Amino acid sequence: MSAKKICSVCKEKPATVFLTNISADNKVQAMDLCDDCAKAKGVNDPASFAMADLMLGLGAAQGLDTAAGGTELKCPRCGFSQADFKKSGRLGCPECYRTFAEGLSGLLKTMHKGVRHVGKAPEALRQTRENVDRLKTLQKKLAKAVEEENYEAAAALRDEIKSMSSPSTAKTPR
Amino acid sequence: MKDIHSFLCSPAESTHRHGPNDRIVMSSRVRLARNLRESAFPGWAKKPERVKVWETIQPAVSALPEMADSFAEAMDNLTALDKQILVERHLISREHAAKNVGSGVVLNHDETFCVMINEEDHLRMQALRPGFQIREAWQAVDRLDSGLEKKLNFAFDNELGYLTACPTNLGTGIRVSAMLHLPGLVLAEQINPIVQSVNKLGLAVRGLYGEGTEALGNVFQVSNQMTLGESEMVIVERLEKVMAQIIEHEENARQTLLEKKPKVVFNHIGRAYGVLANAHSISSKETMNLLSLMRLGVDLELFPGAHRGLIDELFLMTQPAHLQKSLSDKLSAEERDLVRADMVRDRLKNVSRPVTKPPGSAAN
Repeated sequence: MSAKKICSVCKEKPATVFLTNISADNKVQAMDLCDDCAKAKGVNDPASFAMADLMLGLGAAQGLDTAAGGTELKCPRCGFSQADFKKSGRLGCPECYRTFAEGLSGLLKTMHKGVRHVGKAPEALRQTRENVDRLKTLQKKLAKAVEEENYEAAAALRDEIKSMSSPSTAKTPR
Repeated sequence: MKDIHSFLCSPAESTHRHGPNDRIVMSSRVRLARNLRESAFPGWAKKPERVKVWETIQPAVSALPEMADSFAEAMDNLTALDKQILVERHLISREHAAKNVGSGVVLNHDETFCVMINEEDHLRMQALRPGFQIREAWQAVDRLDSGLEKKLNFAFDNELGYLTACPTNLGTGIRVSAMLHLPGLVLAEQINPIVQSVNKLGLAVRGLYGEGTEALGNVFQVSNQMTLGESEMVIVERLEKVMAQIIEHEENARQTLLEKKPKVVFNHIGRAYGVLANAHSISSKETMNLLSLMRLGVDLELFPGAHRGLIDELFLMTQPAHLQKSLSDKLSAEERDLVRADMVRDRLKNVSRPVTKPPGSAAN
């Protein structure tokens, strides 16, 4: 292999622009670009709009790679692999989110405000979703009540949790 | 079958709609990304699966009450010119225009809803509104989505929310955006710090045609980037706040420019008028940048009697596909530059040259 670095975007021309981005959580991402790709991505422009996208996309692929520990993980439903993700930055099917869950969780943290969905849910799932949320809160409260030796409150909470577990409402969503 | 050209409203109709704050906010948009639970995402699905998805989703979308008067077409039935016209109207993305078999579009007549099928996700539904109306656009697309979820089985996970092809859209699948015309901030050289501080808030600033495009004609698209971990309404409200601030900065920049550097402003606007009203050959890029300055001139009341709608119409009409569409022969880019200049000269013949002192207070 020659010592000359090749552009990581077009994989053709020699790289002339070398970028290092340090994110808020001290993750270092390096990227080598040729003149044309640097221009196309707006890297030379201080108002560089596409930059974050570019870095985010690349970082995503790396994150998934390390998480899978080098083994070739494949989605059982659609056959999508981590190498495919590295290439495109997109997943293969909804099931991939479960297949690659481990690798994705770190990534999602860097990409988004949180890792748990808040907001709209399909009407059909809304009820179960609310119940799950309520159950979680009640369980937390119960643990706290027990810890504080507030057994009266704990008993009330236990009964409330029990009542929620009646067959009509206890279905776990998925 | 309906023909897209007879279906689309005229550029005049398309650009003469009004909304709050439309001096600065040209349009508002909210799009939601949704996918069918049982199918591979469009980028990974094979052709037969994509066709099946299109055949499942398209009738469901067309049957929605909001889409009563709508047009649906598969991308492979649209010519390159048709697709480019939809891009210039901001109805479909450039990425979607590049799609073929198994992808398509459903849009309604007044351009308030446009649904892309098998773009990056199975469904990208968008509500569009003139002016600063992102909240209204969210409410509209929310209703559209609620109507659709009764007929389609969306991929949704209790932890992760709506599942999307790209993890960056996960959760709400929402992108709230507005197109802002910011010539004042550009002329005052304040645009870069503004863009940087908006970026710091986790929002993206892009050019006229979205990701990776230039801010032609001083038009900037501001949108959210994060979609997971906060609700749609929280995102809408944050964007409302940020955009209200950008609007204020733009108004201030215009006011300050007029007070401190009136000659600079009059010079830019006067030259823009001079070229547009007299050129015999002009590229679409130059046209857009100069029309932007004329639009500023109209806002500052330097062109008494001229309406912003005329400028916005020219902005759309002079873009390559719209221009080509208005002609019978296929022209080269050089030939189009001549026709474009003729069109602009003709449409500006009743607009007199700019006055140098705006009547009354300029930046109202």
